[in-house]
Order: sequence, then structure tokens, then C-alpha cells
Amino acid sequence: MKASAFAYARAASVVNALELLATHGDKAKVLSGGQSLMPAMNLRLISPELVVDIGELAELRGIAVKGDLLTMGALTRHVDVLKSPEIAAHAPLLREAISHVAHLAIRNRGTLGGSLAQADPASELPACMVTLDATIVVRGLRGERRIPANEFFTGIYETALSPQELLVAVELPVARKGATHFFHEFARRHGDYAIVGLAAQAIVRGGQLADLRLGFFAVGDRPLLAGAAGKLINVAVTPEILANASAVLSEELAPQEDQQATPAMRRHLAQVLLSRCVSTLLSRSDLRVGASA
Amino acid sequence: MTCVPLSLEVNGERVDAHVLPRLNLADFLREHLKLTGTHVGCEHGVCGACTVRVNGEIVRSCLMLAIQMQNASVETIEGLSDSGEISDLQAAFRDRNALQCGFCTPGMLMTAQDLLKQSSMPDREQIRQHLSGNYCRCTGYQAIVDAVESTARARAGRGQ
Repeated sequence: MKASAFAYARAASVVNALELLATHGDKAKVLSGGQSLMPAMNLRLISPELVVDIGELAELRGIAVKGDLLTMGALTRHVDVLKSPEIAAHAPLLREAISHVAHLAIRNRGTLGGSLAQADPASELPACMVTLDATIVVRGLRGERRIPANEFFTGIYETALSPQELLVAVELPVARKGATHFFHEFARRHGDYAIVGLAAQAIVRGGQLADLRLGFFAVGDRPLLAGAAGKLINVAVTPEILANASAVLSEELAPQEDQQATPAMRRHLAQVLLSRCVSTLLSRSDLRVGASA
Repeated sequence: MTCVPLSLEVNGERVDAHVLPRLNLADFLREHLKLTGTHVGCEHGVCGACTVRVNGEIVRSCLMLAIQMQNASVETIEGLSDSGEISDLQAAFRDRNALQCGFCTPGMLMTAQDLLKQSSMPDREQIRQHLSGNYCRCTGYQAIVDAVESTARARAGRGQ
């Protein structure tokens, strides 16, 4: 299908974009890379009266490291993340996750800010932000708000962003010395939306997990920072301890039914991912459950 | 809704037009410029039939508005075909029977050429991954991967 008719404004500055959003509120939609917005408009899932194109705003581009903070502008494209030496050095989880986001032609246009503002519960980047303890920086005409990623995502396609605000940047603490990560997702075709996925970051010391953050996606209405990780930190992990953590994880999940999977299948796959993650991070094949894939 | 002025370059030629904001790039190329080699399949970014180059990078033209192309350089399958840039790849597709109905072929050629420009000797897995965003419902993909692989070999042999 084709998008229904709308008016178009090319924002000349962030302030100009905010003025347009202040005037039109939820009748306007922000166009960044358009790789989520355009499909939704073509399918007539949404029909904004005004599209505010922020694609030309150079002030929203760029990746920078200052001290122990990595800042990425909202218009940073997926392909920019993939090619950035700063991200390879300081947020390698993000680099690995990005290669699973859609397909190359889409990664050439899709942006970080767009993906986060879209807040699809099956998409990779929101879960990475939760795992990496990111801060989402949003701006309105009255000023800036800094929102922890774990509070930013509030439901399916829902965030703490108001219709009058613009997501302008993301800040990440740089990966600590000795940090390691695990990323895996189950999808029908490489690049398709995940059936279930896990983005994890950890610190392994003396055969134990000194720190572990588990960001699951496609297991509920928003990315889940699993509390089950607490059961695995600073203990000598045995199959029993892992099984206990897996049971705790199961209680936290609220998987949805769709054409890809039943809630029971998603719950099972999330538990398989947990065991693979822990066995991979600790290099312990005895902790691995589920068939190889 | 009123038309918006648009200036861009398409296959090396300057184009000036007035378009409705809702017009996507694929429809602009097909309906306004009669460049019908760019095909429209799913219209939501899944099938890859509408793949074109914008400023040298492949994109889905169904997921771009024509008005976003202000001052951009767009290359379509007609441009790549007429310039001879992909004549060897096209010949390989013919020789290997890598097309049947031909609907996906322009997008496949665009995407394959993008890979061959980035990687001189991709293996079959890399070829499959690069083409994973392009659906073909006829060939089962094997012949397409064959054609891309043999083109890569031939180009490497010629030192391109």
C-alpha cells in the first residue's frame, strides 16, 4: 500500500523541529531514517498529518568518547555504528547486535534514535541500551531530560518520550576493563525480527561472573533487564544454580503470542539463551542445555 | 496537500520535479521518470525488489520519500545497466539461469554489485548474507549465489 497524504517539513534545526512538534503534538511524526516509520505509514498503521524530517540536522550526528562516556547522536545510522572504531573498542556488544538488525540496505538508512523512539519490543537496540545502562537524552522546548534506558521503554511502541520532545542522543558508559559480552537471537531469516533474543554484558573473574547484565528482547512488551542475573553473580555456577536462575527468569517473562511463536516457545527459547550465554561466558560446556543451532 | 519542489540527480542526469510529500522514491522513479526497472513488491522493506543506490549506498526506495532526495544522487538498474558497470554480472545471471520471472532481478543485481564492490572474493556464506534482504520466489537462490560467485572470480582474475 501507499502512505496516506501528509504535509512535510524539513527541520532546519533542533529548535525548529521542537517548535513544529510543540505546535502539532501527536498529529506530527518525526522522520529520521524512516526504516520503521515508512513501513508503518505504507501499511496505513499510522497516518500523521505532518512529517517532520530531521534527516539533515548535522548537530544530531556523530560518535564521541569523553572520559568514560560514549555519546552517539540520534541520527547515527546502523551502518555508522557497525563501522565505528570507537564503538568497536568501547561498546563491542552494540557492534555485534547491529549486524542482526534488518538488512544492509536498511542499515544504510536506519538510525539509532529512530530505532529507540520506535521501541519495537522485538528489536535489538532497545535491549542493548538496557543491558549497557544507557542514558537516553531527549530535548523539548523547555529543556533537556536524561532518562535511564530501563525507564525509557514503557510498552509496545511506547516510550517516556512525549509528542513534543525529540530524542537527541544516547550516552553509554564505556565497557569496563575485562568486560565481555554475549549476543544471540533466534530469527527465521538472518535480519528478520527476533523470535527471542539476548544481549548480555559481563565481567568474568576467577571462573565466576563478577557482574552480569541480561537484556532480553521479544519476551514481553518491552526489553527486559532480567533480575535472574542476580542468582548467577559471585557464585560458582552449577547446573542446579543455573536451573534455579532459569526458573526465576521464567517468572519474569511475559511473552506474547504472534504468528512467529507461542508464549511457551518464547519462554523455552529464552531459557535456552540463558544457558548458552552463561556457558559461553564461563567457557563451561557442562552448563549448556538445548540442541545446538 | 501541495506539491513540493525537488532537485536531484538520477543516473547522472539532473532532474527537477514537483512531487507530493507522500510519493515514495520507487513510485517517483517508475511513474514520473518511467524508470520501471525498479520494481515494487512488498512496499514495506522486506522483499528488496525496489533496491536502488542513493549517494553510492543501496537503499529500499519504497522506504524513502522522493522529497528526501533533495540534492541526492540516485542510481537505478537502468543506470548500472546502460553504463556497462554490471554487464558481466548480468551475463553471469543469464548463463547460470539465476533468473526466471525476473521480478527480483534488478534488486538482486543492485545488491550483488554492492557486495562485489566491497569485497573482492566473497565466499558463498557472505554472498547469502548480503543477499538475505532480497526475496526470490523462483530460483531457490542457488543459481543466484553461483552467478555472483563466478562474477567475483572472473573479476578477481582480471584484477578488478
